[in-house]
Parts: sequence; C-alpha cells; structure tokens
Amino acid sequence: MITQGSAAGDLWAVNPLRDPRDRRIPRVAGPCVLVMFGVTGDLARKKLLPAIYDLANRGLLPPGFSLVGFARRDWENEDFAKLTYDAIKEHARTPFRETVWQQVYEGVRFVQGEFGDDAAFDRLAETVKQLDAERGTGGNCAFYLSIPPKAFPDVVQQLKRSGLSEAGQPHSGIQPWRRVVIEKPFGHDLASAKELNAILDAVFPAHSVFRIDHYLGKETVQNILALRFANTLYEPIWNRGYVDHVQITMAEDIGTGGRAGYYDGIGAARDVIQNHLLQLLALTAMEEPLSFDADSLRAEKEKALSAIRLPADLATGTARGQYAAGWQGGIQVPGFLEEEGIPTDSRTETYAAVRLGVDTRRWAGVPFFLRTGKRLPRRMTEIALMFQRAPHLPFAATDTEELGQNALVIRVQPDEGVTVRFGSKVPGSAMEVRDVNMDFAYGESFTESSPEAYERLLLDVLIGDPPLFPRQEEVELSWRILDPIEEFWAEHTKPEPYQAGSSGPASADALMGTSGRAWRRL
Amino acid sequence: MTIDLTETTTGAIHDALMQARRQVGGAALGMVLTLIIVTDESAQYDSVRAASQAGREHPCRVLGVIIRNPAGRSRLDAEIRVGEGGPGETLLLRMHGPLGQHADSVIAPLVLPDTPVVTWWPGQAPAIPSADPLGALAQRRVTDAAASDKPRQMLTALASGYRPGDTDLSWTRATSWRSLLAATFDQPYGNMTSGTVSAEQHNPSADLIATWLAGRLGIPVAREVSAGPGITEVSFATADGDITLSRPDGRTATLAKPGQAERRVALHRRETTELLAEELRRLDPDEVYAEALARFAVHPVDEGTSA
Ligand SMILES: NC(=O)c1ccc[n+]([C@@H]2O[C@H](COP(=O)([O-])OP(=O)(O)OC[C@H]3O[C@@H](n4cnc5c(N)ncnc54)[C@H](OP(=O)(O)O)[C@@H]3O)[C@@H](O)[C@H]2O)c1
Repeated sequence: MITQGSAAGDLWAVNPLRDPRDRRIPRVAGPCVLVMFGVTGDLARKKLLPAIYDLANRGLLPPGFSLVGFARRDWENEDFAKLTYDAIKEHARTPFRETVWQQVYEGVRFVQGEFGDDAAFDRLAETVKQLDAERGTGGNCAFYLSIPPKAFPDVVQQLKRSGLSEAGQPHSGIQPWRRVVIEKPFGHDLASAKELNAILDAVFPAHSVFRIDHYLGKETVQNILALRFANTLYEPIWNRGYVDHVQITMAEDIGTGGRAGYYDGIGAARDVIQNHLLQLLALTAMEEPLSFDADSLRAEKEKALSAIRLPADLATGTARGQYAAGWQGGIQVPGFLEEEGIPTDSRTETYAAVRLGVDTRRWAGVPFFLRTGKRLPRRMTEIALMFQRAPHLPFAATDTEELGQNALVIRVQPDEGVTVRFGSKVPGSAMEVRDVNMDFAYGESFTESSPEAYERLLLDVLIGDPPLFPRQEEVELSWRILDPIEEFWAEHTKPEPYQAGSSGPASADALMGTSGRAWRRL
Repeated sequence: MTIDLTETTTGAIHDALMQARRQVGGAALGMVLTLIIVTDESAQYDSVRAASQAGREHPCRVLGVIIRNPAGRSRLDAEIRVGEGGPGETLLLRMHGPLGQHADSVIAPLVLPDTPVVTWWPGQAPAIPSADPLGALAQRRVTDAAASDKPRQMLTALASGYRPGDTDLSWTRATSWRSLLAATFDQPYGNMTSGTVSAEQHNPSADLIATWLAGRLGIPVAREVSAGPGITEVSFATADGDITLSRPDGRTATLAKPGQAERRVALHRRETTELLAEELRRLDPDEVYAEALARFAVHPVDEGTSA
C-alpha cells in the first residue's frame, strides 16, 4: 500500500537488477545487524523473534543478516539461540523449516550484561564489529529497545559511550546507518515525552528513530488509506454532509493481567487513546496526502491531530471507569482494585471515553467518539462511520421502524474487514425495510497472506522506510490533546465503577448526548 | 460435499452449485477469481490439488477442463466439490467427443462475474496462449515451458506469440533466485565482466535467468550444464574476484564474495502450490518477463553460448 521510501528508491538507482516494474522481486532489507535489548521479555519472545524468522522464511532478510541479543542473564550464544528457537517454534506464523532456521541461527550472537556495565557494551560493540567483518553486514545496525522506558537513558548513553551509535566511515563508498526502535509508552504526558525524546535526540538524529505503534502495521489500518484514496465510492460521503458521527473503539476482554505494575498510574487513556485511537482518528479524518511517502503522510496526520478540539465541558464530554468484580466470558473475575499489584485506593481508570471535534471544513460539527476499556464483553477494535438518516423517507412510519443509521465499519481486529450497513426490503408483500450488512472479510478474500504487524514494521525499519512510524510531532500533538483531560480527571473525578463483562460505565452513555446517538454494541 | 453429474449441462451444473452453496452455508462467498486448468486425466489430480491449496490464499472457483475420447460422442460430466478442505469451489469438467473442441462454450457460463479469470496449462500448452479459446477468456495465461518436451523451443514459441498477460511457471520458479541475486547487488561490487548460470540441461528457468542477467547487467552470461538439482550456481567474474551464489543441494545457497566470509541463506525449490500462489498474487502484465522472453528469442542461450 505505502510506496517505497527514499532508501529503497536509492537502491534501485544503483542496483541494475532492481526495477520498479519487477513486482515479483520483494523489498529485501539490506545487510545489517539487529541488536535487541530485552530479549527475555514478552514482546521479544511472542512477536519480535517470530517475526524475524517469518521474514527470513519469506526471503526478505539478506544473506548475512545477524541478530544480537543483549540481556542480563548469564547465558552463552547457545542459550539465546535456544530461546529464539523456542519462540519461533511456538509463535511463528509461517511453517518451520530447518534450512531457514539454520540461516537465522548462523547469525545469532548473545552478549551478557547489565545496562550500567561499560565492559558489556564494549563487548557488544566488539561483537557488532566482528559480525561486520565475518558476515558482511556493511556497518549497518538497528537497536531495538524492547525494555522498560526507564532503562532508555542508560542504554542510549551506553550506545553513545561505546561508540555504537556512530555509523562510522563509509564501507566501499556507502554510508552505513544506525537506527533505533522504541515501543510505547512514549512518555506519560507532554513533558515526559519531550524528555524521552531529548534523551534519544542527543544521540540519534530524528530520522533514525522509529516509534512502533503496532496498529499501524496492521493490514486493515493501512487499508483505510486504500479504501479512502483508491476508490471513488467513499470519499464523496466522507464528510459532514453525510456523516453524523464517528465511533472509534478498542475493547479488551482481559484485565490488567501481568502488566499491573505498569498499568497503575497510567490508565486506559494514556495506554490506548493517546497512541492507537488518535492514530486511527488521524487516518480517518485526514485529507488526502500528496503521496504515501513519510513526509506527506505524516504532514496530513499532523494537520488532523492539530485540528482536534476538546469538549467545552470536560465533565460531560469525557468519561472514565474502573472495572469492578463480575463475570466476564463465563468466568468470575476480580475487580481492578483487587488485582495483584494494584493499590486498593487506586484512581487509575480502566475505561476511558472522550468526545472530540475536528475543526476542519470536512468535519465541523461531526463528533468523534473514542472509547477503550478492559474487561469489556469482548475483544474488538473498530472504526465506525455512522451516517445521517435520510432527510425524508417516502414510507409509512411503521415500514421503517427497524431501519437504523447507515454505517460503514472498519473492523481492525479480530476478523479484519469492512462492513456496510444499510436498509433493505424484507421479502414479502409489504414494504418493510430493515437493516442488513454487506461484508468484506480480509480472511476470505486474502486468506493466509496477511503478515503480522511486526513483520511489516521490522522490515520497514531494516529497509529504512518510515511512513508507518509516528514521529515525535505526532506524539506531542497527541499529548497536547490528552494532557488537559488527564489534569481535569486528576483534579475533579474518580473513575466510576462498572461491572466486569459489562460495556462500561453509565457516564460513557451520557457522553453520547441526548441526540439519540448511542454506542455500538460491544 | 461432492456432487457428480453425468451427461449434464451448464445449467444443471449451475443449479447444483447454488444448492451446494446453500447447504454448505456461505463457504463459497468472497471468491476472488476463476482459475481454469486445462489438463488431462493423468495430471488433473496434482494440478487441481495445487490449485485448491493456492486457493487458501486466493479463494477461487477452480474449473478443471479434461478432454477425453475425442473420437466418441459429445458428452459433459461434472464433478463439483464445495466446502471441502478449503474455501472456494472446484469443478472438474470432463468433455467427451467433439464437445472437447468447444470447451469455451461450457466454461464461459461458469466463470464468476466481476472477478479476474486465469487460465493455466500445467502440461502441454498452446504456442499462442491468448489465441486459444480458453486462453481468450482469461486476462492471465499461465504456461509451463518446463513441462514441454523441448523447453527452449517452447520459450521461443511463447516469445513470438506473447501478449500482455502471458506468464510461464519457469519464470515464477526463477523469482527466489532473482530476489537473492538482486539483494546481492544491493551491496557494492567490483566491475563485472561476465557471468555463468549452471543448471540441469533442461531448465528453462536457468535460461531465463541467464537472459535476464545479461539484459540487465550488460555482460555476456553463459549457460552451463550441471547435474542439478535444478539451478546449482550463478557466478560473476568481477575485477575484485568472483561473486558466487551456489546451491548444490536444492535447499541452502552459499554466497561467496571477494574478501568476505561465505554466507548461507535458505533457497528451497518451491512446490507448484507456492508458484501458483505467486502467479495469482498479481494479475497485471509482467513486463520484465516479456523483456527477458523477447531477449531469449533473439539470443537463445544454449550450452556453451552466452546470452
Ligand atoms: N508486551 C506488550 O504487550 C507491550 C505492549 C506495548 C508496549 N510494550 C513495550 O515493549 C517493551 C517490552 O515489553 P515487554 O512486555 O517485553 O516487557 P517485559 O516482558 O517486562 O520485558 C522487559 C525486558 O527488559 C529487560 N530488562 C528490564 N529491566 C532491565 C535492566 N535493568 N537491565 C537489563 N534488562 C532489563 C528484561 O530482562 P529480564 O528478563 O532479565 O528481566 C526483559 O527482557 C517495553 O518498552 C514495553 O513498554 C509492550
């Protein structure tokens, strides 16, 4: 969907075997080393290591690609290789092949150490240098910080001190690169986001920082751009003339689980609205970018984010809740305050909803409702455009009693796809109109071809293709939207309890207003 | 479910399909294309199976056309499979007698509306695929020069009959080699003087790779015969020494470059299903194939000659 970035374009200019018309030859990462911090963590084992294997299996990693794990465990190369092997066996998307594993395995190295340990980082630098010489990785290196953000300053400083952050001299005329990949949270408010960025910025130039919002790696999310800008059908009605309001939902059925320590004090709004939901809003509301290159796309998203207006009265325009004990999916579950690791007087919300305006000609007067929560009835992420009712219905009132609003729903997960809801005549002799769905399911039309979000994003990092990564400006704009809400909440409100397994607190329903609008059923 | 219809008509087939769909329930929704397979009784099993497996990625209606007993009486038999081990629908259509000459009259009403049509000849193919009535129904026509008795002559014939939308599985088989070669040249390399592609004697993929390399790199590329399996080596003489990509075992390739340690990379030979899935992924004309094919017709490679 997204076009080649400049990095890939440059390759084509110099490599006689590459030709933009040759669509069979995939974009393959150039030679490089990926250094991963936090390899023992959940994310590394469940997503990152399997994604590396899947990329190798699809032939998208170059010969010589090498993976260095850094962790504090007292391990040898073999132990890390075992962890990688197990992670792949358990979580990889594509079938296991011994030859592909051997290819990955040959490039696997492990470096043991604490983040404060100079000697360990010197060994890391030595390992990367050796790989360059042994495996021809061309001096290129990406650092994946899959670690708690509080460890960033140490690691980034160490990368600088050990000289690892310096790309060094050109290899046979080509300037090597350094890239650093970070995961959310990007701070917990505007000030901390700026602080975090300053730490990175002191060592890595802005264009080499890749911020992962894994939602943007999802095919359905990229499909928003195709749906809107490759078709003639939707754009004419994608505005205030036809759209009554927009609902963006990310519902989770799980509680805080093992992330309680991280979650307390953060809450649903910072964890989900600030990044995922505002990104989805930006993609839904933005104008057509000049092209799908990083600059044009980010520019449009930033314009949309800058146009967001908070509700005049935050008390009625926002809602927050905290799940109480209840039954969820047939299981009796504890309330948030009873979860292990959560203080019994915690004021952290597990449900958040806001009503936002987008002050542009396209969207003036159209409210965007965003909601997210834990322990809701089911796991589901979607964007729903709810259309205005027909201004006049030439039917008897009883004929259209069951007719709702037309809707276009982009289902982000699970069951990725698009649904259009409209009224249709019920078979029979009377003219009775009822809502029906027209459905496009990704799984049916393109079964098995959808790569995991992390495959796509890792490949983009290694290729150096940035459109799918939010830049610091977007992060800051999002905090500017959320900070006043968080401040208001901290001062004036306590999260309203809702039963686990229900669809959220009553105040969330009140926020829809009195105009007959209602949240879509979860 | 499987439905057998003997001495039938396309109308009856259509009705049976509709009924099967209703019983299986929704299984056949969302099909993205029609794949016509022109085959014979001995090859139909493997090619139809490859197609239904590829159908997991691209749910489609598979129409297997099997011509039988041309001297006999005209008769149409159909075997319909819906909701069996995958999305999509499979129809095996056995055409007896003179009807075999008019297969398109059976196929045309069974092609899905509003979606692309692909015709695949897993075995012998017409020299001008687009001129064949079943080829004319399709926007993508897939042949396989490797299945022909004289692959090089087949390539030359395909070149002269080429129309946009033609492709050949021997070109599809070349993709993984071509990707790896392209990745090899992403890194700096010394001035090249010549190249060599080694493979079994009858290997049109190797011939096309040699032709493609010669065209893109502007150097002579020789074709050498090895014991296989498949393609075993591609090498280039450069000012700094040889760049060699060798795959003696059909599974793992070794890349050797001057002044660098050898690197290994998985490069397995792909199943027909995978080839077909690649072929169905994009249905626009393959201009790069057209160029390589055209070049082959002008400078046919052979043992001892260079493309
Ligand atoms: N998992 C998710 O769903 C998710 C979602 C969004 C974002 N993220 C982000 O992704 C990153 C990784 O998440 P995760 O879930 O994998 O976290 P995790 O399971 O807690 O793992 C953290 C990793 O960091 C290492 N680590 C922590 N402190 C260290 C220290 N002082 N010295 C050396 N190593 C240290 C741990 O090593 P030990 O094993 O030695 O402790 C572990 O490998 C974090 O930035 C997180 O915010 C995760």
